[in-house]
Amino acid sequence: MNSRDAPIGEDDLQAFIDERLSGERRSMMEAYLAQSPDTRERVAEDRRHRDALRARLERVAREPIPMRLRIANIQETRRGQRSRWLSSASLAAGIFLAGAAGGWFAGSVHPPVSPTSFIPRTAVVANDAIAAHQTFTVEVMHPVEVDASNEAHLVQWLSKRLGRRLAAPDLSQFGYRLMGGRLLPGGGGPAAQLMYDDVGGKRLTLYVQAAGGAATAFRFRQGKNESTFAWIDQGFGFAVTAASDRNALLPVAESVYHSFEEPEGRAIKD
Amino acid sequence: MSDMSTLLEQQIPALRRYALGLSRDDHTADDLVQDCLERAISRWFLRRQGGDLRAWLFAILRNLYISSCRTQSRRATSMAIEEIIASDGYPDPEARLETRDILVALDQLPEEQKSILLLVGVEDFTYEDVARMLGVPIGTVMSRLSRGRQRLRTILGTGQPTLIRRVK
Repeated sequence: MNSRDAPIGEDDLQAFIDERLSGERRSMMEAYLAQSPDTRERVAEDRRHRDALRARLERVAREPIPMRLRIANIQETRRGQRSRWLSSASLAAGIFLAGAAGGWFAGSVHPPVSPTSFIPRTAVVANDAIAAHQTFTVEVMHPVEVDASNEAHLVQWLSKRLGRRLAAPDLSQFGYRLMGGRLLPGGGGPAAQLMYDDVGGKRLTLYVQAAGGAATAFRFRQGKNESTFAWIDQGFGFAVTAASDRNALLPVAESVYHSFEEPEGRAIKD
Repeated sequence: MSDMSTLLEQQIPALRRYALGLSRDDHTADDLVQDCLERAISRWFLRRQGGDLRAWLFAILRNLYISSCRTQSRRATSMAIEEIIASDGYPDPEARLETRDILVALDQLPEEQKSILLLVGVEDFTYEDVARMLGVPIGTVMSRLSRGRQRLRTILGTGQPTLIRRVK
């Protein structure tokens, strides 16, 4: 890294900690450290921290690859959502993101990010949806604010407040009928919850709130009593929640996803 | 299994390790890896032929992490007290007590230092690779590495900031 006559510097020290210093510079460094017990201790400590970090993260790298990260499974999910990747808005976003991801060769620089805890956007939607589900599905007297007999009014009202067209998806093929819905606060703005039930009285909710950023794939979350599929599309977060297992809930979520797909060309016009 | 599947799946253990180092949470880390793989699949034909696949994937994952943090901080209405302290540059006293988990200590560092400590110290990327991935000169990588390590020593409560003197 440095020419052989250059004095020992901080970069040499870092490279020495990483065991990347070779030949003459390494000998120089060793000679330097022999004279400097403080720095020697510091090197040992930095190496201990590095080893601790490696050891801490080793487990996850040794684990078998989870099913949901198998490429075949990811491709399977994508196939179901192919249409939205082809919409012009997504395509433009895709090109932009490819530029961003590929752009590191060109020297793209990110502003520093403060160390806030990382929570994916779909998890925010899922958490809000689960809270709303838990709050209102146990209601006997007032499970919904406007019931299905006023569906046209309900839909118009919620669409107006959310700022997007919001029709109640028909889930009768899964045995669910619309009970009604309500407006509630979520994600820093208005959110909507539509509630369905089946003949056994099991309730399912569909939750919608504004959520910025690019579209995501389905995310599954298994709670104690209920499970949720959440995704983000067209600037909104969607979540389908019920006390069902993953396999039972997935076709419902897919059906809801398709019912909210914009008709061809809509994305350009808006 | 296709060529792409094989090539991508070989990288999954390391991607999961990096994602866990960044996010500290198993579930969140795998969400991040899943997003990264989705991106990689959708842009497979746009990737630089003959380029370093591993570096490409790590750069995608890091970009996703950063943009999620940004979305998150825009959305955040409340912030944990420990995070406020950490962003002021003072180590979180909790972390000092909780030295059993080094990830808690690492999480007190700014992303740029955190990533470099992980990419160099755990993933064994060369300094040159990391400089390219982050789009910064190699000297910046070295100084962030040095600052990151020093901060970790301070947080873990054992180290004094020792400065190495230039020997003339």
